[in-house]
Amino acid sequence: MSKAVTIGNKKATVAPFSSWMVVFVLVPMALVVYYAFTSSEGGFTLDNLKWIYTYRSTMFLSLRLAFTATAICLLLAYPIAYSMSRASEKIQRNATLIIMLPMWMNFLVRTYSWMTILENNGLINSALRSVFSLFGGEFDGFQLINNRGAIVLGMVYNFLPYMILPIYTSLTKIDNSLLEAARDLGSDGFNVFRRVILPLSVPGIISGITMVFIPSISTFIISRILGGGKDFLIGDLIEDYFLGNSGVVNYNIGAALSMVLMVLILVATFFMNHFDKDAKTSGGGRI
Amino acid sequence: MENNVIIDLKNISVAFDGEQILKSINLYIRDGEFITFLGPSGCGKTTTLRIVAGFLEPDDGDVIFDGKKINGVPPHKRKVNTIFQRYALFPHLNVAENIAFGLKLKKMPKDKIDKKVEEMLALVNLKGFGNRNINSLSGGQQQRVAIARALAVDPKVLLLDEPLGALDLKLRKDMQVELKKIQQSLGITFIYVTHDQEEALSMSDTIVVMDSGKIQQIGTPTDIYNEPKNAFVADFIGESNIVDGIMKEDRVVEFSGHVFDCLDTGFGKNEAVDVVVRPEDVDVVPVSQGMLTGTVTSVTFKGVHYEIIVDIGGFLWMIQSTDIQYEGSEIGLLIEPDAIHIMKKSEYSGTFGDFSSYSDEFDELSDVNAGLDTEDSDDE
Repeated sequence: MSKAVTIGNKKATVAPFSSWMVVFVLVPMALVVYYAFTSSEGGFTLDNLKWIYTYRSTMFLSLRLAFTATAICLLLAYPIAYSMSRASEKIQRNATLIIMLPMWMNFLVRTYSWMTILENNGLINSALRSVFSLFGGEFDGFQLINNRGAIVLGMVYNFLPYMILPIYTSLTKIDNSLLEAARDLGSDGFNVFRRVILPLSVPGIISGITMVFIPSISTFIISRILGGGKDFLIGDLIEDYFLGNSGVVNYNIGAALSMVLMVLILVATFFMNHFDKDAKTSGGGRI
Repeated sequence: MENNVIIDLKNISVAFDGEQILKSINLYIRDGEFITFLGPSGCGKTTTLRIVAGFLEPDDGDVIFDGKKINGVPPHKRKVNTIFQRYALFPHLNVAENIAFGLKLKKMPKDKIDKKVEEMLALVNLKGFGNRNINSLSGGQQQRVAIARALAVDPKVLLLDEPLGALDLKLRKDMQVELKKIQQSLGITFIYVTHDQEEALSMSDTIVVMDSGKIQQIGTPTDIYNEPKNAFVADFIGESNIVDGIMKEDRVVEFSGHVFDCLDTGFGKNEAVDVVVRPEDVDVVPVSQGMLTGTVTSVTFKGVHYEIIVDIGGFLWMIQSTDIQYEGSEIGLLIEPDAIHIMKKSEYSGTFGDFSSYSDEFDELSDVNAGLDTEDSDDE
């Protein structure tokens, strides 16, 4: 078999993938860049980038909420994934199913259902109110919705499975003989975790963080539904400029803001990948 | 000798899911000896090792270490270290960090750790490999790192669970020599688990032959080979012709229709016994001079010798000879008194020793540990 034939065949086999990538990834990205650097008349301009500065506080808020949600997801997911990986096979199967279950429902429906739980006449407040009225008291209800806490809650709720599953997978891949070797060499339970289990689950943590952070920073539905529209996130801004919800349709500004988001995500991913590689070769010790 | 016993196993029994894995094992191990647990897969040898390491608690019986009972003491508090079947090196650490793993836990100062790591790398012939990634090493090199990592923490006893199982034949022979050298230079106790009888014979001071959860025989390699206690041991260690015989009186035994002189005493008059004759101890002579005569049914060239299967009155004998014989020819066999070994009848009598179904494939299937997927055929 000659080399040319091999290469030709390889090209043929990846053709569906390459065309998919070109049509649905490269072309849209090129369009974003094109609009970001053109004015509404079609000439080249850098004016759109000024808006990034104008909306800097929105961007910082988005970053802050996404970071918070990611951190909470990690703190919740690791113990869940860890206890799952130690459980019997039957429990592992059922737990995975339970974690996946909400994903079978539409994202919007899931998020709206939190409204009915959190709102002033929602599940929690009405329950509390009836408890109070039992003792003859008055209760105005907690403000559980239309604030930043509710937005973070929505992010955590929606994206938690994306944190649990990769961590769980990386934990189950750790060979039991490694844990025995660690004990054999003098590690108590805590040291087995710190020196073997935790460093070996870093790849799972990294992909978990990536998979939670990216949708969190770009969301616009959660902030709209649970944030009551008070806290505009960068995703909401972009949506507004493309759909004209606040009266102005401007693809160029929208594209410029999208580009910033893309750059932010690219930087985050690059940093994560670099960290991941580090962890594989020599990491461990520094965690 | 009792005073330098380092490990004493007393009446150890273990069952998994109702299946008895170890049946009342009694065994003491002397400080500084190279002892091998030898047996087919499922005989309980690895289970015994895991009990010493602390990964498994016996259902019954005591584990005594240095005069103290250590039942219930967790592995990290025992002065024994293990070389695992598949090395179990930490993939997130490099060679030096792997070796330093146990030392860091001991809170040793960094300069001392570095010195010890260098010392260990030199011991296993891996100088200059400290910064290498584990995955870039060959199987043999990984094995050496595993040895260095376990020895770095100065164990009193090193447990080796089929450590050479995944290596190819040539490398395995080299490592056997090297392991033995390391053991002698450090003077610590090695407990070695293997299903490879040749490995056991060439490395050990003491061999413990195990089968179905029981110790069949404990002895030096020469004892085990020359004086097997029962048909299982005789068959498992090397090739054996095992035939039914009658002990006429001291030093006289009858088998295969002929009366032989032998060296064994202490059996009852006319007691039924198992007679073991090693294939290499039989001399091929012309029919007229033979004590036994038979027909050659197959000849296989094995390099050093020919393996000849001879039909003697319906029982197939294996003979190893440097002279070629031809299929179908009649030959005579001469068996010297010191070539004959007499054993008492046991539960294994009649299950081994006839070569009628013999083939290399069969041997391999029954001998090779099922858990070792990379195993190649080599033990003839």
